[in-house]
Amino acid sequence: MNLFDTARLAIGNIWASKMRTFLTMLGIIIGVSAVILIEGLGNGLQVYMEDAFDALGTSSIEVILMGRGSTRNADVEDMYQLLDENPQALESMTPTVTMSGVLKIGNETYSKTAVTGVSEDYLDIKSYEIEKGRNLQYMDMKDRKAVCLVGSYVDQTYFKGRSVGETLKVGKNKLTVVGVVAQEEEELREGGTDDIVLLPYTSAARYSMTGQISRYTFTATDPDHSDEAVDLIEARLYEIYGTESAYMIVSMAQLLDTFSSMLNVMITILAIIAGISLVVGGIGIMNIMLVSVTERTREIGIRKALGAKETVILSQFVTEAAVTSVIGGIFGIGFGILMCRVATKLVVQILQVKMSVIPDAQSIAMAVGVSAGIGILFGYLPAKKAANLNPIDALRYE
Amino acid sequence: MGPLIEFRDVCKYYVMGDNTVKANDHINMRIDQGEFVAIVGQSGSGKSTSMNIIGCLDVPTSGQYLLGGRDVGSMNRSQLAEIRNEMLGFIFQQYNLLPKYNLIENVEVPMMYRGISRAERKRRAVEVLTELGLSDHLKHKPSELSGGQQQRVSIARALVGEPPIILADEPTGALDSKTGKEVLRLLQELHQKGKTVVLITHDNSIARQAKRIIRLEDGCVVYDGPSDDPAAFRTHAEEVQAE
Ligand SMILES: Nc1ncnc2c1ncn2[C@@H]1O[C@H](COP(=O)(O)OP(=O)(O)OP(=O)(O)O)[C@@H](O)[C@H]1O
Ligand SMILES: [Mg+2]
Repeated sequence: MNLFDTARLAIGNIWASKMRTFLTMLGIIIGVSAVILIEGLGNGLQVYMEDAFDALGTSSIEVILMGRGSTRNADVEDMYQLLDENPQALESMTPTVTMSGVLKIGNETYSKTAVTGVSEDYLDIKSYEIEKGRNLQYMDMKDRKAVCLVGSYVDQTYFKGRSVGETLKVGKNKLTVVGVVAQEEEELREGGTDDIVLLPYTSAARYSMTGQISRYTFTATDPDHSDEAVDLIEARLYEIYGTESAYMIVSMAQLLDTFSSMLNVMITILAIIAGISLVVGGIGIMNIMLVSVTERTREIGIRKALGAKETVILSQFVTEAAVTSVIGGIFGIGFGILMCRVATKLVVQILQVKMSVIPDAQSIAMAVGVSAGIGILFGYLPAKKAANLNPIDALRYE
Repeated sequence: MGPLIEFRDVCKYYVMGDNTVKANDHINMRIDQGEFVAIVGQSGSGKSTSMNIIGCLDVPTSGQYLLGGRDVGSMNRSQLAEIRNEMLGFIFQQYNLLPKYNLIENVEVPMMYRGISRAERKRRAVEVLTELGLSDHLKHKPSELSGGQQQRVSIARALVGEPPIILADEPTGALDSKTGKEVLRLLQELHQKGKTVVLITHDNSIARQAKRIIRLEDGCVVYDGPSDDPAAFRTHAEEVQAE
């Protein structure tokens, strides 16, 4: 009896009890689709995270100065000096002075708009573009000019697209809008990337209470130089402060690495949990195959009387289990992909986040392989039982 | 050339707790190629047991069974399966057809285990079924046929692999006398075509169809000779009385 005959018999038997086979497959279907959904979510999160980091700049490095327990403080000059001395690793730098809840236009206060003091390089670092008007300039910094840029949201929503030349207030200080940053996000929304006001960091420092600048954003020449850049900044700051607790350096590249590996661990754990349902599915197959062997005892006896060898009976039942399991796996893939689609829609609608849940081909191939393996593994015991039946006992079985 | 089927002191014992059932007790018999033999005896006398041994479905507890000169006792299960497939055609009282398959598929089964191609299997199944007058029912399931027709399907299945030996255990047991006679006529025909036919029955009138009778009682052979000897159909007790 050749492989083709064996497969044909197996498919015939499976087809003859469709409903039961389907129910048997459920475990596998659920297991495989769960694994695929989780893998898809993992991939989606990974891509989403990478995009998010890309937007922040994967080669950007945040420096936060606490200045705790030290007499001397690092100032803007120190930072610019650091930048100038290390052109191989450091590309650009901007101080960032965050001011919250202080934007006023007319008599309205807008607390969700991010107001930040930056240098003229900020737009380059973020790879933002100017849409209207002009960028901030060195002279604005030097003279602490009362000018600012606004994001598209502010321009469109609060100034009806005519913000350039208008004024707004940050705290008590009147600023003239000199330019509009081109739209970044697909949709304008309050509190989003486009809901911003950027002013010279020198002006911002003056408006803020302390007058000190405690945040800087560097960019490395490329993400590969990120580690070197971190080391350079670290060395200089340690030199100035003499203690590690006075500052914090966060590199996006390192952060992305950390998040990625955390995400991987999480996804792997979830996938293993989902994989357990595959084992449960396998046990379901074993169970039904045992029932099937008992039901078909007489048939097995007849086949043996007519010359079926044990290996033939064995492979017939193993094939049946494997085919059941693989069909379950294929359904599972279909269902899993469907669930991924639904999940994508849900994530986009509910969380307002652009993320697509897509399983990779590798995990799909693995799902098929694993389900076939489970069929063979869990089908073996019942098949062995069938193969070992004594033909006379089997023939006498009612 | 030696006998086709030879039992040498074949015993088959079933141990059930404290007592041992001697289903076959030191049976000696030789059946030659082309013979038509009926094994008769009352219920429980050991007919099916010996047929199972002849059919290589079971092996003796002790003694030797030689099939075509080869000792079956020394064969493994896979060799036994091969022998069953090539040498033996079974006809059972309960037909033992596969209910989910149509007639062609049923008759194909023995050829499938011999590795014959699907097209060839089908051709031969149709041929044999047609010879047995079942050409109108090729695609039917066994349950859609009468008992006599089903038994003819099982005969077709026994014949299709062209085994030299046909074993029939109570082939007419589930049939009325008219269809039973038809089946017997078929067995006669097979015998005339040169097959070795071993018929098992407890019905004397059916046993008379065979040329030779082997009578079992309590697992032992009590008569082995031509079917036209009146002694063939007397029980052992009657025999003692007659003397
Ligand atoms: N598997 C078994 N286990 C125990 N005892 C058995 C087994 N098979 C047969 N026997 C016993 O062996 C004896 C012979 O049985 P066998 O089936 O050969 O009789 P038979 O002549 O075919 O009877 P019948 O005409 O009723 O079919 C009986 O007493 C039976 O109970
Ligand atoms: Mg019997």
